Amino acid sequence: MMGKWVNKVSRSTRNEWLWAWFLIAPTIIGLVVLNIIPIIRTAHMSLFKSGDFGRNHIFIGLDNYVRMFHDPQVWQAVVNTLLYTLLVVPFSIIFAMLIAVFLNRSIKGKSIYRTVYFIPMIAAPAAVTMVWRWLYNSNFGLVNYMLSLVGIPPVNWTTNPQVAIISIAIIGIWSIVGYNMVLLLAGLQEIPRDYYEASDIDGAGKVRQFFTVTLPLVTPTLFFVMVTTIIQSMQVFDVIYMMIDITNPAYESTVSLVYLFYNNSFRYSDKGYGSAIVMLLLAIIMLMTVIQLRVQKKWVNYN
Amino acid sequence: MTDTSKVAYPNSLRPRMGTSQGRGRASHRWKWSRVFIHVFLITGAAAMILPFVWMVLTSLKTVSESTSMNPFIFLPTDWQWENYMRVWEQNSFFTLYVNTFAMMALRVILGVFFSAMAAYAFARLRFPGKNFFFGLVLFQMMVPTQIFIIPQYLMIDAIDMRNTIFALVFPGLVSAFGTFLLRQFFMVLPKELEEAAKLDGCNIGQTFLLVMLPLTRAGLVALGIFTALFAFKDLMWPLIVNTSADAATLSSALAKIQSAYSVNYPELMTAAVLAIWPMMLVYFLFQRQFVEGISTSGGKL
Repeated sequence: MMGKWVNKVSRSTRNEWLWAWFLIAPTIIGLVVLNIIPIIRTAHMSLFKSGDFGRNHIFIGLDNYVRMFHDPQVWQAVVNTLLYTLLVVPFSIIFAMLIAVFLNRSIKGKSIYRTVYFIPMIAAPAAVTMVWRWLYNSNFGLVNYMLSLVGIPPVNWTTNPQVAIISIAIIGIWSIVGYNMVLLLAGLQEIPRDYYEASDIDGAGKVRQFFTVTLPLVTPTLFFVMVTTIIQSMQVFDVIYMMIDITNPAYESTVSLVYLFYNNSFRYSDKGYGSAIVMLLLAIIMLMTVIQLRVQKKWVNYN
Repeated sequence: MTDTSKVAYPNSLRPRMGTSQGRGRASHRWKWSRVFIHVFLITGAAAMILPFVWMVLTSLKTVSESTSMNPFIFLPTDWQWENYMRVWEQNSFFTLYVNTFAMMALRVILGVFFSAMAAYAFARLRFPGKNFFFGLVLFQMMVPTQIFIIPQYLMIDAIDMRNTIFALVFPGLVSAFGTFLLRQFFMVLPKELEEAAKLDGCNIGQTFLLVMLPLTRAGLVALGIFTALFAFKDLMWPLIVNTSADAATLSSALAKIQSAYSVNYPELMTAAVLAIWPMMLVYFLFQRQFVEGISTSGGKL
């Protein structure tokens, strides 16, 4: 029946189909094997209790989820992850926006600034965290030494449960500011000059011009930057993994969902519980994305 | 990029640049805002660089210099270059470079080529199932990657390929992100090109490879940079799948080195410098491609 249907279409059309299927084949097969089947498998595994040595899995229905909802560490990880996101997203975007607006003027050394601000993005997070951990060192660190010069007593940046998440967020902001700035700068450069001319004629000052012209017109880029920064921040792992050992007193107040997922799946070999945690992460990210898509109509300006 | 700044220059400043009388106060204010902007930008730039400077300086100190508080030592008195030899040998950095760059190269070549093939089909051809298959691509992009990790690990384990280069490359064999990105580049090419190629007797494969693909060079470069950078920075996957020391990448080796050296900060910083310098070098050589690649493709996503 299929053959009959195919026979009806012209030879050149069929030729196009065959080429198209051939061209997408590696990617689609790859996506199915590497991504689609794994999603189903992860969801499936979250319903099992992992046996010893990864064998003898026992079906336990929703028990992993029930356990998760009664696990204070999971809730703490949700709070930590959201807190980290809440710190990184606004600060990194505000700084990035300021820098981008300044660089969008004809400033001297513009491309040098751009190159420098982007450097943290190039370095591996593992290396970056190692040096920050050293900077934060409570006895010999440069940060506490600088503070001591102005009479501030030493801070336990990486071990004080109240402070550690802020220390981690500072690294997060430092790492991503340049990347967001480059994207925002590209958005700023797309704003037609006429808008600024009109606003100059109206005698608007630079600050007013920013709020009446620049900000509304850059909202599509701003939205993109916000969505990607939020999604990335919700998946924070590298920095916390490198900075906070399980024995660190600040572990409970900094462990993120992905770190908890890693520990359960690969350190404690409880892949069933790990799968349930990562399903929770998926649900939270999906929910946040849906909310953002809804809310964007209220503030994003598409011309 | 210098073009746009030249264009923007007269506009934003023309009204205030006049040298005629009565402009004095305005130009005065303009000057001060300029100073303020530079102070702000330089402070920020210093904050961006400082950790790297401190990394290099510490790597050249002795342990006692690095932990001396009274006096606090900024510059090493004797530059300890032998730190580098020692750390290099103790951690067989040569193997780490080989593993890391083999992974990056294979991911870039395979990911970019497969993505370009699929992107061309999605952008320029009509075929049954197009929307469904493209839906799969979009779906993959929306899902956090950690979801895939346990099953991917189990697959690698099942075929007994842990601690190999193939294991490192595995999750990056194909790229949904790359397919989406390159599709945007193919979509803006004019239709006449394909028609002309067809008249010249090119089949669809030849049209793709010889006519259309070279025109998306900017996109290919951008995707290549993205792919290389993400592969280089990835920590969790190599940590999980290549646990033996001689199969690690630079990133995952650092995690182990950190626990091994614990308080020997000069050696830790030496390892960090050794891990990041190659990518830094590539960045300084191709900074324009990096920054422009990210800004052009960011607008396309």
